[in-house]
Amino acid sequence: MTTISELYAPHHRRCDEEFASAEAAAAEGQWDKATEATTRFCAMLEAHLGSEEGTLFPAFEGATGMVGGPTAMMRMEHQQMRGLLGQLEHACAGKDADAFAGAAETMLILMQQHNMKEENILYPMCDNAVTGAEVLEAIRTQLAK
Amino acid sequence: MSPLSLEQAPPWSVPLRFFFTAPLFGVAAGVVGAWRGAELVSTRWAPAAVAAVHLITAGFMLQVMVGALLQVLPVAAGANVWRPRLVAGVVHPLITVGAVALAAGFLGLGQPALQLATVLLGAGVTVFVVATGVALLRSPAIGPTLPTLKLAVLGLAVAAGLGVSLAAQLGFSLPLPLGALVDLHVAWATLGWGVMLVAAVAYLVVPMFQLTPPYPLAVARAVPAGLVVALVAWTGGVAFDSRALSWLGAVLGAAALLGFAAQTLALQRRRRRKVTDTTLRAWRLGMALFALAALVALVRRALPEAERLDYLAGVVMIAGAFPAVIFGMLYKIVGFLGWLHLHRALGTAPTMQQVMPEAPARWQLRVFLVGTVLLGAATAWPPLAIAGGAAYAAAFAILFGQLAAAARVQRKATGGAQRKQPEAGQRSR
Repeated sequence: MTTISELYAPHHRRCDEEFASAEAAAAEGQWDKATEATTRFCAMLEAHLGSEEGTLFPAFEGATGMVGGPTAMMRMEHQQMRGLLGQLEHACAGKDADAFAGAAETMLILMQQHNMKEENILYPMCDNAVTGAEVLEAIRTQLAK
Repeated sequence: MSPLSLEQAPPWSVPLRFFFTAPLFGVAAGVVGAWRGAELVSTRWAPAAVAAVHLITAGFMLQVMVGALLQVLPVAAGANVWRPRLVAGVVHPLITVGAVALAAGFLGLGQPALQLATVLLGAGVTVFVVATGVALLRSPAIGPTLPTLKLAVLGLAVAAGLGVSLAAQLGFSLPLPLGALVDLHVAWATLGWGVMLVAAVAYLVVPMFQLTPPYPLAVARAVPAGLVVALVAWTGGVAFDSRALSWLGAVLGAAALLGFAAQTLALQRRRRRKVTDTTLRAWRLGMALFALAALVALVRRALPEAERLDYLAGVVMIAGAFPAVIFGMLYKIVGFLGWLHLHRALGTAPTMQQVMPEAPARWQLRVFLVGTVLLGAATAWPPLAIAGGAAYAAAFAILFGQLAAAARVQRKATGGAQRKQPEAGQRSR
């Protein structure tokens, strides 16, 4: 049976790919390419964050009763990431390489330390707590968008 | 303490006090190199050499390790250290004064300073090992970092225990076997603590900073296992006076180090992130120096008369490889913490690159490389240690300046909070 980890962790890698493409294009001054990749990255990451907030976290909280703990911290970090997504889009619009590089670097570390906590701690807990076929199917659909 | 926490960071002041203190020990080590260079090169037993080594290890490295682990444990292990502010408040003065006393003892202040160092460093490391050990044992995290990190904390405890025994022997004139203890202390400190810790951290940050594939699980397990077997063999060799076991320990330790460095460089070549920054350069330099140190150590085993190779191995491994890797970490950790702290306080923040800019970091690494190469070249021509020590001290002074500049960005942004503007492009949902 598919697990939560198997659904979300590979999606992190796909977001990383889009992020790396956007960062490389911006560093080379290819702003059309950077803008396209940034748009794809934003959409993919937003789908990921939205799926966790709308489906995974409520299911986990319902199954474990842990409402104010790890999921609250993850939600807060999602908001921090959204702030940086906005800065990346803004830097693309203004073709501002320094602003893009600064926001991208911060985004990378924030996103990676967040992913690490999810993949090493939260998802394994969810693998045990969240096993309903409907939830897993909903997540699969949300991440495929 | 909650059994599970996915906190981003303890209070800013907890790691920062260690990060600010650390470079000052590096400056002091460079000054000792410049001041007593010829003596350093002559023999590993030279008091100035022992002082310089401990300014880097018990000074610079230990400070950064304590600060970084208090910061990184929630991310790496999902567990906060019990009352991090209190632990930091107790450990920081103990290891700071302890390391100063240790170096001062070797540089001429003698037994009273060594007695003080024994007590303070012993107490400081004990508190830290217990606090982080409890957090690590309670961690629910999976992945290769956690077991390797536990081994590194254990390695620190053994290395420090052996070090305290040595300092106690010198400070309190205890009847302990000096030569055997020194060999064991060096092995446990370099392989059991230093390399083990770098490996544990690398499993975490190399994929994270450069978007490389993860370390293959077989390698991630083989490196700490190889180090443990090497240390057991080495310890057995000393305990039973067996040259064969000591050889086995040295060869296995060098092989584990070479394997780890080669694997890290191979992963970095396959990175998905195309931007080359100073952290990547620093880690590549560190890995190249680790590989070189392993080779020098093996050659030294084959040439018992070549005592100067001890100095060269020390420069490459302790003065070169460990600090290079640590610089790479600090550039990212301090930049991210600066952003995080301000973002929490103000809801907006300068980016990491504004907190910790790339240009001075590049210069810092270049000056460090010049200093390390000159110190290494002093193996052949000892007067070079004067220029090498000066450059080495300058590199750490630049690092201190970078940290001070990061703190100024912090203060400026916090001071401007009252005039806070909505951040450009801020996205909300």
